[in-house]
Amino acid sequence: MTLESLGVFVEGFIQALRLIVTGDPAVLEVTIRSVYVSVLSTVLATTWSLPIALVMGLKTFPGKKILKSLFQGLLGIPTVALGLFFFLLLSRSGPLGIFHLLYTVNGMAIGQSALITPIIVSFTTSAIEATDIELRDLARTLGAPETRVALTVARESISGITLSIVAAFNRAFAELGVVMMIGGNIHHITRVLTTAIALETAMGEIAFSIALAIILLMIVLSITFVVNVLRRSR
Amino acid sequence: MAFDEGEITALIGPNGSGKSTLLRIIAGLEMPTEGRILIRGEVETSNTLRRMATLVFQKTAMFNTSVYDNVAYGLKLRGIGASETKEKVQNSLRMVGLEGFEKRRARRLSGGEQQRVSLARALTLQPDILLLDEPSANLDPRSASIVESVISRANRELGTTIIMASHNIIQARQLASKVAILQDGTFVAISNSSELFRKHSDFLESFGRLQNIFSGHVRMTGDGIAVVNIGDGLELEATDARNGPATVFIRPEDIIVSTTPVATSARNVIRGTIIEAADRGELIRLKVEAGKEFISIVTRKSFQDMKLNLGSEVYLVFKAQSVHLVP
Repeated sequence: MTLESLGVFVEGFIQALRLIVTGDPAVLEVTIRSVYVSVLSTVLATTWSLPIALVMGLKTFPGKKILKSLFQGLLGIPTVALGLFFFLLLSRSGPLGIFHLLYTVNGMAIGQSALITPIIVSFTTSAIEATDIELRDLARTLGAPETRVALTVARESISGITLSIVAAFNRAFAELGVVMMIGGNIHHITRVLTTAIALETAMGEIAFSIALAIILLMIVLSITFVVNVLRRSR
Repeated sequence: MAFDEGEITALIGPNGSGKSTLLRIIAGLEMPTEGRILIRGEVETSNTLRRMATLVFQKTAMFNTSVYDNVAYGLKLRGIGASETKEKVQNSLRMVGLEGFEKRRARRLSGGEQQRVSLARALTLQPDILLLDEPSANLDPRSASIVESVISRANRELGTTIIMASHNIIQARQLASKVAILQDGTFVAISNSSELFRKHSDFLESFGRLQNIFSGHVRMTGDGIAVVNIGDGLELEATDARNGPATVFIRPEDIIVSTTPVATSARNVIRGTIIEAADRGELIRLKVEAGKEFISIVTRKSFQDMKLNLGSEVYLVFKAQSVHLVP
């Protein structure tokens, strides 16, 4: 690194802090959109992942081991590949083109929800399996029908479930591939923290990029910190 | 095998005899491989059994909530309203000696307190059948005696049919009107008399909980003391007031071994010779020939400090309360 490029970096850093502290509207807009997309995707994914995880955690059925391995394998799916898949799905000539979800925040949320589903399913299934099997018999002998037993077990596993949802949000918030392919980083419409950092840097908007990177890092690191504290306290 | 309604029946048997499994089947938690369960002549499915019978497990299970929420769980399931639930929970907790414990976190209580919460949680539902798996095993004496008196009370006042699995034969005799012996999944005997113990004393002794079983004859002296003649010139003092034939048990832990005839409040002092000493780790199991053979347990340290050995002459010292008579 030459002295000159170091100077550029430091200058950009100082400007970035100024943008954050003064609540620069462009920085704010991008941050809020990132949060919106990731929250929406987490809510969607939780809605279908929890029932799946409950069934997988409580019941035995043929093919269960394969299903579990499948979800665990999907944990490492390359985001850009998933993004491409949804791009093709949602594009005007694609099967879901009629919904016009390509280049929209909702489309991005749907793509992210697919990305984080394996996280919620895998972690929640483990949390439920880790709950004492005796508690199920306890619920039954106190008169609970099987559906009630499931809800009681879910309630007993609530800290594990919360952990999985928070971890899923974190993954969605910090990823680039899916939101890039589905959203296209369109100014004022689909630009989020990760896509903005990637493409604004190339355009030379160093200060802006650094500001966004600081915010992204701060949010992701604080959530990660909270997740680790929660995991240790269980 | 039939259990009487409104009675307390005890199930006794060694580990692995099937006591817990039988209780779980009656509770509707497991399906029998053969046979059916009928209650008052009607065949029951596991779903109906779960509602009619409640099982209190040997290993306490507590929901990760407050004591109140644990005890109220079954009531809420049955749609009982908030104020009625509150009243029932408070009554149940009072019955097991845990008033004021409502807000405490159930998992932070001691083992004895948790077991009492389990009992309250089951009793508050007033089930047709209450099933207890070793209800006072591993409990501190205070909790154990509370549990025993609650079991008696529940049966007396509510007429609850109770089936309890126990290792403690003396407790079973005190609480239950009938005792069923289980071995390898089959009923060996069902009885409510001392016949049971005389006939099956070998078996009962074999799973190690019952020792020092003698047949004897009790007579009351003028001073109101019960003297039991067990033969071979041995007469023991007991606290039960009765006359006639009886079977005697003495727990090995209740017999103190002394090298001198000590003056204590214990009414029974018998002289004998050590004929066997079996090493059980920290404890030594002694067999003493004193006219009849007695089993006592001493700590290894005591054995060494007192310089005991085979052939040592000792005095067996035990209280009249330790001489259990059946019936």
